[in-house]
Amino acid sequence: MLGLNPADWQAIEVTLKLCLYTTIFLLLIATPLAWWLSGKTSSLRVAIQAIVALPLVLPPTVLGFYLLMAMGPRGLLGSSLESIGLTHLAFSFEGILVASVLYSLPFAVQPLLESFNNLGRRPVEVASALGAGPVDRFFTVILPLCKGGYVIAATLTFAHTLGEFGVILMLGGSIPGETKVLSVLIYDYAQSMNYDAAHRLSLILLVFSFLVLFTVYGFSRRFQVVRV
Amino acid sequence: MKHRALLSARLSLLLLGSFLLGTATAENFTIVAASDLRYALDEIVAAYIAEHPEHQPSVIYGSSGQFHAQISNGAPYDLYFSADIVYPQMLHEAGLTADEPAIYALGRIVLWSANRDASTLHLSDLVRDDIRRIAIAQPEHAPYGQRAQEALEATGIWSTVQPKLVFGENIAHAAQMAESGAADIGIIALSLALFPTMTAQGYHLIDADLHAPLTQAYVITRYGQGKPGVLDFSRYMESDTAHTIMQRYGFAMPE
Repeated sequence: MLGLNPADWQAIEVTLKLCLYTTIFLLLIATPLAWWLSGKTSSLRVAIQAIVALPLVLPPTVLGFYLLMAMGPRGLLGSSLESIGLTHLAFSFEGILVASVLYSLPFAVQPLLESFNNLGRRPVEVASALGAGPVDRFFTVILPLCKGGYVIAATLTFAHTLGEFGVILMLGGSIPGETKVLSVLIYDYAQSMNYDAAHRLSLILLVFSFLVLFTVYGFSRRFQVVRV
Repeated sequence: MKHRALLSARLSLLLLGSFLLGTATAENFTIVAASDLRYALDEIVAAYIAEHPEHQPSVIYGSSGQFHAQISNGAPYDLYFSADIVYPQMLHEAGLTADEPAIYALGRIVLWSANRDASTLHLSDLVRDDIRRIAIAQPEHAPYGQRAQEALEATGIWSTVQPKLVFGENIAHAAQMAESGAADIGIIALSLALFPTMTAQGYHLIDADLHAPLTQAYVITRYGQGKPGVLDFSRYMESDTAHTIMQRYGFAMPE
């Protein structure tokens, strides 16, 4: 189908798996983070917000380099994992997953922060006064009211992970079926002048990315970021 | 005050003038080279500039296949050093070179490790369980990676070690993966294992019979045709100074 070979399918599988896991983990991490950031302004909040936004401006090589240092067997993270009998994270799917979560952090936090800011604290306080617990408040108040923010955060995270390249190239080691994602496979095809193969995959990514963004903009038009 | 401003304006004009003159006489050209040459060629270029300050070559390192693709697409490179003569030969046949490719060395591959003594290891040891990750260059476009694959196939362990392989974009990237310790072992270029900071670790030279020869060749591109500095530098590669440096990095000169 589509003239793709097994290596292509393998890269597509790794890529989709990476995008999906990154999106799930990031929504879990970004929800409390964005909620806390939407509180009263303080210099600590401003500092954390700046740190969250760093991947927007830093070259991927900076993140890739430091993560490789930290996750390898000599790094703090890698050596602690090794000392408890686990494997270090360089050149592994778990490693590029951690990298993707950090790399796409602003794309999940920003839309949520915006919708939490628009929501304000009042609806939650009312729910609390009516006796709703924290979990209940999240599922019956925050989630339905900030649905648009969640859709946008999830889609942008997914799409941004799809476009990840530099960090994974430095950290992943291009292992087929584990860290060889579509962007890296396309790069290798282009380097070895296999332009037909590079073109097929690039076109698929192009169309797919367009559809993802089309969905996001469709949504943000239909709902505002918050529907109150 | 006014006087001082005038003086500084004059001074900057003078500086600007000398700068313009300087660039007008010096000839800049760009060399692209397979990254196994990273240390050897840096030394040769430094020695060359010391003797010929009128020429200013700058060097970009990468994989041979990558540069072949770039030059085929019109990249403005003057001189191309490839770890495998196949690539410059293809450029030559496509009419993208000024001349025939010239062979400058034979490359060798070695086992190298940051956390074990590789000199006691053999290719067959790579199947051992304590060796979890093996770094090689991308066989699709890096000749050193192709030769590593051939040697592993000839030893009969390719399919066994395949799940352990991690791929560098070029041989220097593969060496860096091994150097960081994140890959337990690397199949890298002898020339990189001989770099002062790497050589203390020791290495195991892989039998050259296990793979096709790494016949390395350079060529002046059509873009670099007719530039005196480019021609001059290519002649310098035949000099005793260049040969001595190349030998120190383990590049055997072809007979």
